Amino acid sequence: MKIEVNTHEKNMLRFAAAHPEVVVLSADLGTSCEVKQFRATYPDRYFTLGIAEQNMCSWAAGLAREGYRPFLHTFSVFLYRRILDQLEMSVAYPNLPVVFLGFVPGITTPGGVTHQSINDVGVLRTVPNLAIFDVGDATEIEGVLDLAYDYNGPVFIRMLRKEVPRLFPADAPMQFNRARVLSEGEDVLILSSSICTEEAMRATAVLKARGVSVQHMHVSTLKPFTDPTVVAALEKCRYGAVTIENHYCIGGLGSAVAEVIAEHGIGKRLVKIGVPGYTHGASKMYLMKKYGIDAMHLVAAVESLLGTPLNITEADLAEERFVDFLEV
Amino acid sequence: MEKQTYSKAETQAIANQIRKQILGIALRSGGCYLAQACSSAEIIATLYTQVLNLGPSVGAWDALPFPGVPGPENMDYQRGSAYHGLPAPDRDRFFVSCCHYASVIYCALAAVGRLSPAALDKFNVDGWNMEMIGAEHSPGFENTAGSLGQTVSIAAGTAHARKRKGDTGRVFCLMGDGELQEGQTWECVQAAGYYKLDNFVMVIDANGQQVEGAIENQMAEEPLTARFRAFGAACVTCDGHDVAAVRRACSTKHPDRPLAVLCRTKGYTGVPPLEKKWPFLHFVRISEAEKPEYQAVYDAM
Repeated sequence: MKIEVNTHEKNMLRFAAAHPEVVVLSADLGTSCEVKQFRATYPDRYFTLGIAEQNMCSWAAGLAREGYRPFLHTFSVFLYRRILDQLEMSVAYPNLPVVFLGFVPGITTPGGVTHQSINDVGVLRTVPNLAIFDVGDATEIEGVLDLAYDYNGPVFIRMLRKEVPRLFPADAPMQFNRARVLSEGEDVLILSSSICTEEAMRATAVLKARGVSVQHMHVSTLKPFTDPTVVAALEKCRYGAVTIENHYCIGGLGSAVAEVIAEHGIGKRLVKIGVPGYTHGASKMYLMKKYGIDAMHLVAAVESLLGTPLNITEADLAEERFVDFLEV
Repeated sequence: MEKQTYSKAETQAIANQIRKQILGIALRSGGCYLAQACSSAEIIATLYTQVLNLGPSVGAWDALPFPGVPGPENMDYQRGSAYHGLPAPDRDRFFVSCCHYASVIYCALAAVGRLSPAALDKFNVDGWNMEMIGAEHSPGFENTAGSLGQTVSIAAGTAHARKRKGDTGRVFCLMGDGELQEGQTWECVQAAGYYKLDNFVMVIDANGQQVEGAIENQMAEEPLTARFRAFGAACVTCDGHDVAAVRRACSTKHPDRPLAVLCRTKGYTGVPPLEKKWPFLHFVRISEAEKPEYQAVYDAM
């Protein structure tokens, strides 16, 4: 598995070259959000708004009303928890094409609870007009800006930075509101997002080796959540479904799937794996294990659905990599 | 069709008419945002007739049914800004942050020939676009302003965009003084100063009142002039009930920085009985017992 570095940094330059009306707004974290090169290349399209996210959000609305396409770069927590009213009333209500690039989503930062956006999806799924994307690898980082640009309204992106694996072929870009099928099977459905997809791929490989027929799909569009292939997969899975996400266990992918199950009368069991509450500052690998959003917990959830122990150990799952994101 | 030039007396007559119309609404309905009309009538009349460079209205002459909220399937609804004319590089733009002043804006649009006087009959009527506190579909409103402190940033972002594009028109934002307590207001002023938005003018109806009473009894705001200047804006003060003074203040040169125009006003100007209610004038209710006194003021207008 290839590890790509600073994919957004490069992709943003490509994207900006194609769209001269694209501007970047920063709240003093641009260098932590891979737009240092953008600033060097397009200094007149890089607007520092200071450590003042509320004004940045409404200011972006003014720019968007004049035909610019603002891309706000800061940490995800500061783009929803701190400025929800501005996001809603300045941008989402008028359905303006403003893109919120939320970096270090979920527990991908050791910065502790103030920096960890564990409920951004849950909060923002209730915001009308807003689309939510949650990228899972370098290929999706390369494709998500184009999807955001084409969306008719505001977009929130949970963006990954620095070393990110390339899990999906570079020539198979992310598609709007369409899950990516990573494994076909009938026993259980695994729906994963963000950094949990790599975990789920590890678990799926081991589960399949034990004879479990696994349908694994990676979800990158969390709102809207009307993908018919997800509905079909939920109807197909014999024992039920597991969701695993880099997010609080309430409000995110798992809750979205639960709504689909109920609304379509599918009547399957669902195990939601997410962080159980507020988290604390530590390395990504430590936090994923501690809060249970790793391959081992996914295996346990599948065992629960099957009603059968599979006797899979950490060692069975261990050969794949983990990269820690140590910098805040 | 709207007139092009107005004398000072004509502008004052429009202010008087706005005040009378909104007192009439208060008498008919038992209450409304009357004090805001009393404090801002000259400011808003002066902006529309003496200050703003707006194109001819392209808004519907009559009130319209509520056009639905914006969304991917509904982006072609008539904007409130249509009443300020089509955007053009040399034209001004006018944002209203203090959206409780909606009735004042509607009356002003009608007074200057941008909206049918009959449309005022639809004010605060269920299902129409003339809400008591509207949104961006409401006549005269560029944006959805009910959450205080946001519109000034939206207007400044607009000014920033227009400055980059080389537009010569200015961007005005009408604000109340209560919303100067919002932190976002000062985030905006510092950014507008940083970006040297010499095309941006904040016009503040400094009526010294807010919902819970006199501003000075709620929060420390003064000295506002020093505050605006410290945050990077030019700041001038005027008598907000003096048409010529408002006009003069709005034409203050402010190279390399935005301008704040502090219009000092009273919420009972022109309707003397209101002074007895000061400073509790956010939403004025007129009881049956009080009606004759206010009716007499109305009849004398």
